[in-house]
Amino acid sequence: MSQMSQDNASQAEFRTQVAAWMQDNRPADPDFLLPQTFMEVGSERVLEFLREWQHKVWSAGYLGAAWPKKYGGQGMSRDYQRIADEEMKRLQVPICFNVIGLGWAGPLILDNGSDYEKEKYLKGILNADDIWCQGFSEPNHGSDLGSIQTRAERDGDDYLINGSKIWTTMGNYAKYMILLARTDAQTERRYNGLSFFLAPMHREGITTQPIQKITGEYGFTETFFTDARIPAHCIMGEEGQGWRIAMQTLQYERGAEAGAAGGISILSIVMDDLLRMAAEIEREGEPLLQDPVTRDNLIKFMIEEKALQLAEKRVEIPALCRDYPNSIALSGKLRSTEFFRRMRQYALTLQGAQGSLYVGDQDSIGGGFWQRAYLNNFSTTIGGGTSQVQANIVGEHVLGLPKD
Amino acid sequence: MTTSTLNGTTNIALSFSDEQAMLLDSAKSFCGDKSDINAVRSLLKSDSGHNPEVWREMVALGWTGIAIPEQYGGFDMGLGSTVPVIESMGRHLLGTAFITSTLAAQAILRGGSEAQRQQWLPKVVEGTVGSMALLDNEDWGAKLCGVTANLSDSGIALLGKKLLVADATVADFFVVSINHNGNPALAIVDASQLAEGAITANTLIDETKRAATVDFTGVTISPDALLPHSEQALKDMRLIGALLIAAEATGTSAATLDCIVSYLTSRIQFGRLIGSYQSLKHPTVEILLQMDSSRSLIYHAATLLDDGPDKGPVEADTEIACRMAKAQATETLLFAGDRAVQFHGGMGFTYDCDAMLYIRRAQWAQHQYGDAQHHRLHLARLLLD
Repeated sequence: MSQMSQDNASQAEFRTQVAAWMQDNRPADPDFLLPQTFMEVGSERVLEFLREWQHKVWSAGYLGAAWPKKYGGQGMSRDYQRIADEEMKRLQVPICFNVIGLGWAGPLILDNGSDYEKEKYLKGILNADDIWCQGFSEPNHGSDLGSIQTRAERDGDDYLINGSKIWTTMGNYAKYMILLARTDAQTERRYNGLSFFLAPMHREGITTQPIQKITGEYGFTETFFTDARIPAHCIMGEEGQGWRIAMQTLQYERGAEAGAAGGISILSIVMDDLLRMAAEIEREGEPLLQDPVTRDNLIKFMIEEKALQLAEKRVEIPALCRDYPNSIALSGKLRSTEFFRRMRQYALTLQGAQGSLYVGDQDSIGGGFWQRAYLNNFSTTIGGGTSQVQANIVGEHVLGLPKD
Repeated sequence: MTTSTLNGTTNIALSFSDEQAMLLDSAKSFCGDKSDINAVRSLLKSDSGHNPEVWREMVALGWTGIAIPEQYGGFDMGLGSTVPVIESMGRHLLGTAFITSTLAAQAILRGGSEAQRQQWLPKVVEGTVGSMALLDNEDWGAKLCGVTANLSDSGIALLGKKLLVADATVADFFVVSINHNGNPALAIVDASQLAEGAITANTLIDETKRAATVDFTGVTISPDALLPHSEQALKDMRLIGALLIAAEATGTSAATLDCIVSYLTSRIQFGRLIGSYQSLKHPTVEILLQMDSSRSLIYHAATLLDDGPDKGPVEADTEIACRMAKAQATETLLFAGDRAVQFHGGMGFTYDCDAMLYIRRAQWAQHQYGDAQHHRLHLARLLLD
């Protein structure tokens, strides 16, 4: 809540306005479990629900607030979008699901794109008319982008695409893909052979195959390209600049570069939520929150949560980060994703027999919210570099330990 | 300030002034110079556990006046500014009565009368050593029962012993918790009032520390040696003590981590530097992450302590912060010290290996001002009820 005290008068008013709007316009709970992440859009009805919500948030001016007016934004300072995001997070309204557009492709086009590209793409990203997906990862290569095999060969006014991509979030619904493909297989450094495309998805030769996730639903696809033709002007930058542009894109995604349109992409689930759940449960005829072992465990998690929140503030105080200046930044993903994994796992432990129910069972606690949350969390401890790889990175780049 | 996270409010205040940063830098280099590992080892078997010359230099640097208001000869930088100094001491295992003396002075500042402050605080700034005598038994959660005070013709006669009084043999005065007509109270006792043989030194697991059982039986004090605001001061000193121990432990965790990293990047086994093995690398990363948490929490508590009302009482958010800091910092050091020994293999089992200093410090630190479970028990009352 510390941000609130820093609001100036106009910002404070904006915050109040956002909060009131969100409370008035929050949609009634649908007859399915609301997606906690943008990777859970596995059916048309979920898609349409989220599309309608994002469009509404955008129409109210709370999405793309800092993007230029002529491209569908509000032309306001970034602080206003930050405030809107903070309120959406706090009030746990549904997510703004078009994340690859809002947080990846959008800021990239704003910074690098031509007027034509800005005109063509940006508004559709904000109002959710055009869904975007991302084509970086490939089967069998995990997060190692340097080894991308998908080929893009120039053929007249087109590129001919062949290959496949995996973990394509909303690949089956997307109109566009940010695609990383190899235009030159002969370069000495394999990164130099890559190019970056704003590729249309609705083309002959592009097919998608939904992937059923651990949660049981479908939010990803595998995407196949078989002699698919895309117009040559879809390339961003020059041939061979793909790696650099992909890295730039990841900076937006990680928040290291400003420019994302805003909106929450993942529901924030915090200790308060766990405490609220625990407050409803009884064991041995007594409230669970009176059980000493449970209390001790909950407090351990609360200390950890506090430390995570404080780390974000300490990182801004260099005098308190002199031992290992990169530590907080490089270990953030490892710490937070592992914390949430253990916290969500514990939530299921506390549910007693009901912990064995799943999404869809009418007796499940919160419609299976915690079951979904726990399983979902593996996308964060695996995606973007597994926790084990992260620990290697921290060990080697922060502590200076030798590589294996 | 509200504290309940059930109400959705959390306090994550964290600030560190340029002045504090300078203090941290000078404390780091001072403690490194005065307390390298040879100096630490040379004091292990000594009676006092500290080097009087180093103490005089610390006094000359003004450290004993950091948290004392100007009207009593101090620098009024706030108690939070002792945290970077104490963290640096922990980092170099500097043998000193600084923590317990700081606490004794704070007890008088927070619980004492104006006359008591004027009498004692300028002396502390100039290097007089105080110590806290709080424990009646092993339990930091116990109700006060130990030293009793009975009115006699010549004043208030004390009866009973205090346990694990830090640096008792070098203390010039004690702030003693007593049972005064059934109420907890704090009294100031000058070391010269103790009977011959009243101090029995303990054999501690941490040989860099000194503590003793102190028998106050036979000491008679005048009513003006009682702190008028004892009850609040007693509560506050337990929390502030927990924070200062946490600060010291955090410094020691950093040293332990350095010790591990240094070995992992130099020792070769089976043809490889052992730091390349993930079974050693990953737990070492875990120590780093936990140390990061400890450090964030101690400076958070320090921030709240200095932002709060001057000279207490300690507010609820600050209490939460102090307790979280203590629970986190000493558990971190327990883990780090334990792994430091293990990762040194055969060497780790020897007295010559510095890991033994850290694992022993961890055992000391966890029991000063309440162990982690004690603090989590109190946190649960504050946060879950």
